[in-house]
Amino acid sequence: MSQKVLLNAKEVNIILHRLACQLIEKHNDFSNTVLIGLQPRGVFLADRLAKILEEDYKIKNIQLGHLDITFYRDDFRRGEKTLEANTTKINFIVEDKNIVFIDDVLYTGRSIRAALTAIQSFGRPNEIELLTLIDRRFSRHLPIQPDYRGRQVDVINNEKVKVNWKEHDNEDSVYLIEK
Amino acid sequence: MSELSVNHLLGIKYLKEEDIQLIFETADHFKEVINRPIKKVPSLRDITIANLFFENSTRTKLSFELAEKRLSADVINFSSAQSSVKKGESLIDTVNNILSMKVDMVVMRHPNPGAGVFLSKHVNASIVNAGDGAHEHPTQALLDSYSIRERLGDVKGKKVVIVGDILHSRVALSNIYALQLQGAQVMVCGPKTLIPKYIDKLGVKVETNLRKALNWCDVANMLRVQNERMDISYFPSTREYTQQFGVSKDLLNSLDKEITIMHPGPINRGVEITSDVADSKQSIILDQVQNGVAVRMAVIYLLASKIKQ
Repeated sequence: MSQKVLLNAKEVNIILHRLACQLIEKHNDFSNTVLIGLQPRGVFLADRLAKILEEDYKIKNIQLGHLDITFYRDDFRRGEKTLEANTTKINFIVEDKNIVFIDDVLYTGRSIRAALTAIQSFGRPNEIELLTLIDRRFSRHLPIQPDYRGRQVDVINNEKVKVNWKEHDNEDSVYLIEK
Repeated sequence: MSELSVNHLLGIKYLKEEDIQLIFETADHFKEVINRPIKKVPSLRDITIANLFFENSTRTKLSFELAEKRLSADVINFSSAQSSVKKGESLIDTVNNILSMKVDMVVMRHPNPGAGVFLSKHVNASIVNAGDGAHEHPTQALLDSYSIRERLGDVKGKKVVIVGDILHSRVALSNIYALQLQGAQVMVCGPKTLIPKYIDKLGVKVETNLRKALNWCDVANMLRVQNERMDISYFPSTREYTQQFGVSKDLLNSLDKEITIMHPGPINRGVEITSDVADSKQSIILDQVQNGVAVRMAVIYLLASKIKQ
């Protein structure tokens, strides 16, 4: 198993600030916008972006939620393991809101498909956008593309992209891992 | 652990402590789901479940059916009153006929103890025991423990007294197993005639004085007197039973501490507990019913995920 650094902490930081600015460009004061981090790994990115928007760009009252998609996945009973759920935390109404889904890596698009179904349980949003830190090109199983992307990478199927976060993995970094 | 150690839920006796924790953690997620505006998830859309009730039930049957539907499973219902069982068909034949319609899971209530275990050895489907005679009622015990955990934070170290008709109660036996597995202390309390001999061999305390039992416990689980299972008279009169083993608000108020009151239903108001107790803040009876759906969703979800395609 070999691994190569795709992004280091400094590059991750620059990209996060750029993504935050792109969000502000579209959503202004976020009065009708909610950020939804997808469990398990998208929530770190969502929390971090919300923090940057609040602290560095002084945007108040960012509405942030965490969405677990386990029960909406299309691979139930297809693998060896039982799919384990994570916590969903959405303490607001999503009816008529502009939602930004936030995930670390966009690969097949199946998680996003599940998230699109899951969010309907909370109401009918006005629109839904997608933000991902890493967009794995040429690997989509479904017609789903991000509206905001940190970095686009070409990765072959037996390679894995691993995003690390300081809060959870002790450093901000993105690795390409060859299996 | 992310997987149950069993393929069927036949009784708490067959579970490990980790299984119970996994069921509770999964139930936490489903409890959040059933409080959403849309209370349904598509996980089990390719699973068909048969609810076979060879004995009357309202709450358990509704609770299972709701849990199955909230998971998007296809559900067929069967109750023995309107079936070919009355024409003399055997249990295995009945169930195999139903399974040949491509059913993946069977939820069964049966008057005979061990019916679930018997079935699991003879048919090819995941079996959930929804009560077998006076033997076990595992999902009730799970939702009882789940409700204690929700109210008191943890089951471990808590003192629980089960009051009433222990002899005829499947809820009592499953609760004893479940509570002990999680490290709680258990006492049973009731008329001597309704406490099975040798129950102390299970490691439970036995008490025939209700006031002493209530002063000892954190939680009192009040059972119903099961008149329909009584072939002889076990106590002189209902009035006398109520005087000795019924819980009233006055009795609760006279205790040294505030205890939690549970009841698996259906309640005989004025017999084992009075109305003001059933409707008081100390009672978590309606929480038990709500938690029942979440816990049954968790059990069905975890068992279904072990059914291979």
